[in-house]
Amino acid sequence: MKLINKRRRFLRDALALTGAVALGGCDKLSQTDWAPKVLGSATALSHAAQSALSRNAMAREYSEADISPVFRPNGSTDPQSSEYRVLAANGFADYRLGVGGLVAHPLALSLAELRALPNRTQITRHDCVEGWSVIGQWTGVQLSRVLDLAQPTKTARYVVFRCFDAMDDGSEYYESLGFDDAYHPQTLLAWELNGRTLPIPNGAPLRLRVPRQLGYKMAKYLRRIDLVASFKDIEGGAGGYWEDQGYQWYAGI
Amino acid sequence: MASIPEDAVPVPPVETPPAQTLRRVVYRHTLPLRIMHWINAICLLILLGSGLQIFNAHPALYWGQRSHFTHPWLSLGATQSASGTLHGVTRIGSHRFDTTGVLGVSKVDGQPTVRGFPTWATIPGPQWLAMGRAWHFFFAWIFVINGVCFFLYALWTRHLTRDLVPTRRDWRGIGRSILDHALLKHPHGAEAARYNVLQRIAYLVVIFGCGGGVVLMGLAMSPRMDSVLGWLVDLVGGRQSARSIHFLFAMGFIAFFLIHIFEVIVTGVGNNLRSIITGRYAITETRDETHQ
Repeated sequence: MKLINKRRRFLRDALALTGAVALGGCDKLSQTDWAPKVLGSATALSHAAQSALSRNAMAREYSEADISPVFRPNGSTDPQSSEYRVLAANGFADYRLGVGGLVAHPLALSLAELRALPNRTQITRHDCVEGWSVIGQWTGVQLSRVLDLAQPTKTARYVVFRCFDAMDDGSEYYESLGFDDAYHPQTLLAWELNGRTLPIPNGAPLRLRVPRQLGYKMAKYLRRIDLVASFKDIEGGAGGYWEDQGYQWYAGI
Repeated sequence: MASIPEDAVPVPPVETPPAQTLRRVVYRHTLPLRIMHWINAICLLILLGSGLQIFNAHPALYWGQRSHFTHPWLSLGATQSASGTLHGVTRIGSHRFDTTGVLGVSKVDGQPTVRGFPTWATIPGPQWLAMGRAWHFFFAWIFVINGVCFFLYALWTRHLTRDLVPTRRDWRGIGRSILDHALLKHPHGAEAARYNVLQRIAYLVVIFGCGGGVVLMGLAMSPRMDSVLGWLVDLVGGRQSARSIHFLFAMGFIAFFLIHIFEVIVTGVGNNLRSIITGRYAITETRDETHQ
């Protein structure tokens, strides 16, 4: 009997200990350099699997009845830099979207020039990494058309978006896409939300739409677009402002 | 495996049984099943903790394609009284519950803080969405791979059809089994070595209902997967519905876990734990039963 009691006590203690180590251990592991890297490796698997399964499939487009009454803005909602304030005060008449880096033809496009390109309007869902969703109607030019004008060189692999809005740490927001998403037909540079000029809280004068990824990929307040071979040397090196804070570069999940 | 395999080796009794009883040890769970059981347990623990961490980033649930921010069916929030005291408020439909200390408002480093689920329930403990997502997606892969391995193994060894799917005799005895469970009367002897009908139903529901469902609803939340799973998203009423159902399946796992632990304890915690660690499960039969 004594042996059985001891064994039972051991099993019980082992179980309690395992639980405590598991929960406390997760916090400790999160603080190490290596564990987040191991955990992050699953994202590469998710990216590969989801790309193989969905390829160029289109994001669901909704009807006007589905549009959210308010398209909830998140992150920056009113950039304060003097450069941006001056542009906004003039209704963005002097705004130019720079397109450069590894391209044959660097561009500086005004809103009028962008609007003169073939437009696309789509009612798509916007999923925030926090978990909520809103639906809005977007009008803009397909990013692929702008890239076709600029003609990326053979070494270009990523499209980097630089923005006007300064974040808490003083750096400016930025994001990046691979070519599969950059050339997807629903990837837009949008200037209109729900049939009206894009409001400042939602990213005026121009923002990115990538409906098959989460909201933080869809950079607002676009300043310029750079084509690069690698984003390792840009800012924190992870390919975006939130990515530098530990969020996944692939945000399709 | 619940049934007694023919090659079960009777292990000599560890203690001298009373005169009328016969104690024998059967090999109940095969090694692959034991390994998969514990991988699954670890995955579920981490998926639950990291899932609650992700939930905390926006502690409200909705039905439909999009968030109707003014009409969540479930929300964990906070109110502040005139004196500045924080109160945790859980809303389910039009009902409000004060859940201060656990849901809505709980202590972080000794300070009452507005957060959905408390630090002891989330992975990591502090508010850290990016890290919660990293844990969640890594262990989601292991959970899925382990689940697929289990399914193939259970099919291959006929564990599924022999031990899990209720037999006709099981279905006929379901009324009696419900009554026995309610009275905490548990089978003894040879009957204890096989899964009873409620156990079989519970395992099948949790494996294929909760397990399959939670994975599908997780995929239905992925904006990339929605480009090919639109039919599934529409089937459940939209992406926000999928998020709600994903959460409900997770709650289903908690309910299963509580009943599972309860049954493990009341039917002999030492014997049960040994059987899921070493595979060996002791059966005590009275002489009467053996002559039946």
